[in-house]
Amino acid sequence: MLSVSPLPLPRLERRQQDSQLLRYLSPVLAIGLTLISGALIFLWQGQDPLVGLYTFFILPISDSYGIAELGVKAAPMLLCAIGLSVCFRANVWNIGAEGQLLMGALIGSAAALYFMESGSRFALLFTVLAGAFAGLLWAGIPAVLKNHFNTNEILTTIMLNYIALNLLLWAVHGPLKDPNGFNFPESALFTEAVTLPIVLEETRLHLGLPIGLLAVVAAWVLLSRTFIGFQLKVVGLDASAGRFAGYREKRLVYFALLICGALAGLAGVFEVTGPIGQLVPQVSPGYGYAAIIVAFLGRLHPVGIALTSFLMALVFMGGEMGQMELGLPLALGSLFQGMLLFYLLACDVLIHFKLRGGRA
Amino acid sequence: MKIFLKRTWLKRAAVAAFSTLMSTTAIMAGAAEDKLKVAFVYVGPVGEAGWTYGHDEGRREMLDKLGDKVESTYVESVSEGADAVRVIRKLAKSNDLIFTTSFGYMNPTLKVAKQFPKVKFNHATGYKRSKNVATYAARFYEGRYVTGLIAGEMTQSNVIGYVGSFPIPEVVQGINAFTLGLRETNPDAVVKVVWINSWYDPAKEREAAEALIAQGADIINQHTDSPAPVQAAQDKGVLAFGYDTDMTRFGPDAHLTGSLVHWGDYYTDVAKSVLNNSWTAEDVWGGINAGMVKMAPYSKKIPADVVAAAEKARTDIASGELTIFEGPIKAQDGSIKVASGVKLNDGEILSMNWYVDGVEGELPQ
Repeated sequence: MLSVSPLPLPRLERRQQDSQLLRYLSPVLAIGLTLISGALIFLWQGQDPLVGLYTFFILPISDSYGIAELGVKAAPMLLCAIGLSVCFRANVWNIGAEGQLLMGALIGSAAALYFMESGSRFALLFTVLAGAFAGLLWAGIPAVLKNHFNTNEILTTIMLNYIALNLLLWAVHGPLKDPNGFNFPESALFTEAVTLPIVLEETRLHLGLPIGLLAVVAAWVLLSRTFIGFQLKVVGLDASAGRFAGYREKRLVYFALLICGALAGLAGVFEVTGPIGQLVPQVSPGYGYAAIIVAFLGRLHPVGIALTSFLMALVFMGGEMGQMELGLPLALGSLFQGMLLFYLLACDVLIHFKLRGGRA
Repeated sequence: MKIFLKRTWLKRAAVAAFSTLMSTTAIMAGAAEDKLKVAFVYVGPVGEAGWTYGHDEGRREMLDKLGDKVESTYVESVSEGADAVRVIRKLAKSNDLIFTTSFGYMNPTLKVAKQFPKVKFNHATGYKRSKNVATYAARFYEGRYVTGLIAGEMTQSNVIGYVGSFPIPEVVQGINAFTLGLRETNPDAVVKVVWINSWYDPAKEREAAEALIAQGADIINQHTDSPAPVQAAQDKGVLAFGYDTDMTRFGPDAHLTGSLVHWGDYYTDVAKSVLNNSWTAEDVWGGINAGMVKMAPYSKKIPADVVAAAEKARTDIASGELTIFEGPIKAQDGSIKVASGVKLNDGEILSMNWYVDGVEGELPQ
């Protein structure tokens, strides 16, 4: 090996085998590096780094309301990311969780407005099912296109996101607009009958989080304990191997996309029937896209995804808290997100490579 | 930071770890005891111009005028979805007066206000009030009428491009007032509108402005919050009106003037009213007369007689001599929408969902 560097720079050397230890240690390392860099940034901003980190990462969850809010913020990302992980495991590149979420919110709201008039005992159940079904159907479109016309699902799912957003905007400016709302783009407020029950008194923590955690367990069982989960993983690792084994690839594509669509649709209908309480144009600040990051940061593993969705929610709430308590710029929150992702990807190198100090 | 006073092991651990912090904040809290604490919730980034920048200018003006009687904090880019309640609630815990500065915060503000009856809330551009929620807005359309008068004199192609945010009454009022002014000085000119369905999206705003220029518009007007349309006009060599704040520096050759909002006096008055316990949950809808709407400096490109006519209209609006929405006003199809001599009342203006004659295209309903 040629090494002519005059400086004793560490070199990367491929490991014989991926390090299992670092697979788990890498996220911890990344979080540590993020905290250290964060402390330096706080110093540079003229803030006490300890106060800064405390405000960002502890203050948001320092009371029960804050912890509940963490759940409120994490729930939609969790549901979407779990769905996406099923797709990504099978090499189905669904970028459309955002659109599936919006369709869930849209159709769920239409159902809520319809059922809240009816006074049916099952109003909420029907509303939630309508939202999940809408997400499922929306994800079914790229599945049909992929299976029967061999289209690239990355493109179709992205484009369907825009179509879903514009459908939602049309509906909220049109048929679903509050008739007493001075033409403002909002639906009427939903009644109690179609509002999600709160799971923690005095907070906004709704049924979405327990259902999201249920999805975590279900996804874990699916991926590691069932034959269909095994097939998904095999197809994802090597599609031709799957075909040799006689797996029906098209059916798996349907399965993965429809599951994800239903979960994203649930996330959407939970937002409108939960914390928002009506249909508004800004249902999602990009939860479906954030979920892609969450899914990968969580290593496509249900437990990892659960942890990362809470972490993402915390970083976001920390950004808000930094503004309110310390007058720090909003960009700092985004900066933390970026650093976390950057360090994680950087630390992942250590799973496959090892550092050799100095010159050879 | 009341958080430190609650008794759980978690907080005790936090107290131990951050004891230095605690002592400093305790001193700060003591000093700030009798100051009025005012918080602002912004829908976009403060940035350098536009809607949110205008509110922040107002906040700073309030601080200047009231000196050490008030202190303020703000949170920017708060989504109008589920996040709004959390931010407003957190602010309500440690503030006396809260301004929520976008329409989408209406229901979140009301929800939080119910839980904090002692805190005063002032919500911009909404229509729902409660015991401790007041509303306020500016008659933006008054300034837009003045820009319309100028546009009629300055256009060569007789096509004006209008970058719209959402097709809601507030924006439709502006388009109609602008068009009425435009037709006053140039009966042949028309207005083309592109909706971008966002208040703040520089990329989309620019695209919309460029599309309108490509369709023959030689003046761009905007009801969005970034200076991107003015910049697009500058780059394409056409003219533009800014909005919210003076956008001259974003397009020195393009920028003619703009309808500005000025919140400083209002914010100062509201803060004063809380200080002397005279705050009420009222609705304030102020225009040029109230100092809430102003004009940006006029460009040298505008001939002196046009500026004089614009200024006369501005003072006439302020004195009440000139009413913008006074008949006869024709609707898009040419039919008389407002009969001669009839003035639209505030309720009719606030629910305006039709275009006047001279606006092209259909209003999304």
